[in-house]
Amino acid sequence: MQKCLNFIKMRRNWILILNLLLINFGFAEKIIIPYEKEKWETVETEIDKIVFSTLKKYKIEPANPSSDEVFIRRVYLDLLGTLPEPEEVIGFLNDKNPDKRKQLIDKLLERDEFAEYWSLKWCDILRVKSEFPINLWPNSVQAYHRWILNSLKENKPYDKFVRELLTSSGSNFRNPPVNFYRAVQGKNPASIASAVCLTFLGIRYEKLPVEIQRGMCNFFAKIGYKKTLEWKEEIVYFDQNNKESLTGIFPDGTKIIIPPDKDPREIFADWLIRPDNPYFSKNIVNRIWAWIFGRGIIHEPDDIRPDNFPSIPELLSYLEKEFIKSNYDLRHIYKLILNSRTYQQSFIPKTNNPEGEKYFAFYPIQRIPAEVLLDIIWKFTGIGEEYISQIPEPYTIIPSNQKNVLLADGSITSSFLELFGRPPRDTGYENERNNRVNEDQIRYLLNSSELYRKIQNSQNLRKLILQKRGDYQGTIEIIYLTLLSRYPQKEEMETLKSYFKKEGIDTKQAVEDIVWAIINSKEFLYKH
Amino acid sequence: MKRFIIFLLIISIYKICFTENIKPKAKSVIQIWLWGGPSHLDTFDPKPNAGYDYTGPFKSISTNVPGIEINELLVNLAKIADKYSIIRSLTHGINAHETATYVMQTGHLPEERLVYPAVGAVVSLFKGYDYGYKNILPPYIILTTSLGRFSEIGFLGPKYKPFVTGGDPNKTPFAVEGIILEGISEKRKVYRKELLSTIDVFSKFVPWIKEFEYFDLCRKKAYEIIEGEMAKIFDLSSEPEAVRDRYGRNKFGQSCLVARKLVEKGVIYVTINYTGWDTHSNHFQQMRQKLPELDKGLSALIEDLYERKLLDTTIVWVTGEFGRTPKIQWEPPWNGGRGHYGNCFSVLVAGGGFKGGCVVGATDEKGEKVIDRPVYPQDLLGSIYYLLGIDPEGKFPEKFGENIRILPPIEKGEKKGILKEIMYE
Repeated sequence: MQKCLNFIKMRRNWILILNLLLINFGFAEKIIIPYEKEKWETVETEIDKIVFSTLKKYKIEPANPSSDEVFIRRVYLDLLGTLPEPEEVIGFLNDKNPDKRKQLIDKLLERDEFAEYWSLKWCDILRVKSEFPINLWPNSVQAYHRWILNSLKENKPYDKFVRELLTSSGSNFRNPPVNFYRAVQGKNPASIASAVCLTFLGIRYEKLPVEIQRGMCNFFAKIGYKKTLEWKEEIVYFDQNNKESLTGIFPDGTKIIIPPDKDPREIFADWLIRPDNPYFSKNIVNRIWAWIFGRGIIHEPDDIRPDNFPSIPELLSYLEKEFIKSNYDLRHIYKLILNSRTYQQSFIPKTNNPEGEKYFAFYPIQRIPAEVLLDIIWKFTGIGEEYISQIPEPYTIIPSNQKNVLLADGSITSSFLELFGRPPRDTGYENERNNRVNEDQIRYLLNSSELYRKIQNSQNLRKLILQKRGDYQGTIEIIYLTLLSRYPQKEEMETLKSYFKKEGIDTKQAVEDIVWAIINSKEFLYKH
Repeated sequence: MKRFIIFLLIISIYKICFTENIKPKAKSVIQIWLWGGPSHLDTFDPKPNAGYDYTGPFKSISTNVPGIEINELLVNLAKIADKYSIIRSLTHGINAHETATYVMQTGHLPEERLVYPAVGAVVSLFKGYDYGYKNILPPYIILTTSLGRFSEIGFLGPKYKPFVTGGDPNKTPFAVEGIILEGISEKRKVYRKELLSTIDVFSKFVPWIKEFEYFDLCRKKAYEIIEGEMAKIFDLSSEPEAVRDRYGRNKFGQSCLVARKLVEKGVIYVTINYTGWDTHSNHFQQMRQKLPELDKGLSALIEDLYERKLLDTTIVWVTGEFGRTPKIQWEPPWNGGRGHYGNCFSVLVAGGGFKGGCVVGATDEKGEKVIDRPVYPQDLLGSIYYLLGIDPEGKFPEKFGENIRILPPIEKGEKKGILKEIMYE
């Protein structure tokens, strides 16, 4: 009896009981403001037909449509790695055009931030770092990063991008894609073959039969490296000293004779980017899907093998076909995914089915990546991080007004980025990046002097307080629009306004505390 | 069936009798990392007869153990040489900071495909939460900034990441990052905590999302630490002035004092990252400033541990990633500097089962080559593991992959491998 009473007394349990009641009486059907809306304006796409019919088959109900507030925040974070400005949020919310989501996606894909944010991902999987255990050295890191960034900016067709990475020869400073062959832990054929399998095929070399492994190595057996008179310059070239003809074996088992006068890398690249290659398109479209949903149609996205089945095979083959048809246009795949209802669903699952995530019955919440989080704090407070790296030489100095997503060198020390799961870029595995929350991160956000000083010394906040002079409502509104991309609800506004009247706290401190509390909220920390 | 049982019995008896059972002698480790690589000639391996181009202006002094000489600026350490031993023959031959740090911290050469965890992470794996460590303090703490740029956890994952304090223990307060936040009144702290739940709309609408349950758990734990005893342990203001003075009123000295306090509270592995030893130019001026600091802090630490009966169970080891070139570079731009030197350098070890008053190995008359009993990084780390009861020939748990050795194979035999000659039976 006592136990029962205690159970009822606890507030947490009340919420649980209330929810159970709500679900039983069918109230959970209700849409949740301000995160959801009642009706779709987004047109149903081919992706949705496939996903929703699969969900129907497994008796899983898809989530409600996301609200415009949720959508604009989500799409900015997913495409640009930033939050929308308050004016952008207001403009979007007031826009009555039923096609406005599609228009926004098109517009964002053309912005430079798109290439900037996604170059970060590519630098992760291409292992761009200057020292240990990948030794690119600082100058090559900068050149390589710039090349990746520009390729994304000009929307270079993906087959061309990969071909350049695989077949280039020349100096690591002057012909940046050659750095692909330098960004491996060992410059031996097996190490390179393993990196190629992982990066462009999404398969693990060590899981291939030994015979195929050996045959794969032969495609990378004639790569030469030589130094020049310039410090830390290295030439990557087709080494013709070995006059033997070799037998290459592709991952699918087909054999090919490589004549001695032909660069084996060319033969491999030609096979790889053929439209009928079973791995090439599958790997990249599945990765893009995983980058957005935090989970691949085949999962893990870089561990594709016959016994790792796609959760929705039709979805994967649809995207592959579209990709080839579009002439390997990466942005086309982003467009297809982001314009779907599947992507635009609410993050609140309708049913508690554990399979829901696997079949994409809702948008899964994901903690904002380390670099993006630091950029948001920088943009909001106006206080950024300066990086100085004296080893290896030459020195790298990054001024505090440069975005963290543009940090080219994965070796640069940053305790914040390490704490929030930046990948070490040692192996290129997708799971090196860790976007899971942990206790240390929470403690940092709650109680770090570094973060507190940024909020306390922020000129931006000071300006805001001066501008709004006593208009608490207006101040709170701007903070909400900037950090959460929505207006505060009525009740929220009332409780927050009363915070300004707390004894012993001045206006500036009240604003600081509200900002601190929002930065610590789930709604802020998760993409949702 | 009966036979089978007898067979099993025999096997288990055999196992009990013939498996070498390692009894741990040490419970904690304090690692003093001299980042940049200190000169072995100007610390624990002086070569008074090598000539001015090697010794520079420094002389050596004798210690309280006959036959052992160290640099003349290490006056306090010279009085307690019976409490530590010196290894003069460490060698790995690598002259680049990052790689040498990696090798000294992991025992592995970087040619292997895996990135191995550093010694502190290995110890916190085998002695930490997975094996019954219960303490509000994390098992592996670094004072005050992290070591190198290779990720210290290697393939182990964030669970074994060291807690890096930040801040400066020589300042009041010692602002440990994420633990001690100055400038907010107690009252305001209460308001702020309330505000957190007011603002948390997600919990009201969707408390059933699993990830959010985990988030709430993390926050609860974080608050336990922030509001708990931990802040007090890092607070040096309650220490007597005399104790603080004894360690030296500088960042390194006070870090040693914090390390002693942490070990007393049961922390398993503490690293003090002591920077500033990469003395390419103006070497001697810098050494005149650094050596007395090192001398005071380190000698106070060893003596204090001894007086508190903690030295028997605490390993203290002191070294950098390499030594420095024995021959002085007098020419500009170095103007009396020493470069990187991985061929031979010195390590100081004390406590936790290591004997004091011994010297292991030797270098030639100019300190350029090891001439007796080379000690490799895996021998040193293996000895530390051995004293902690971790099998140096053992493997990592299967969940990290199959057959991953903790260390590369260690040589066996007289004057080889594990440093048995300076361990108590």
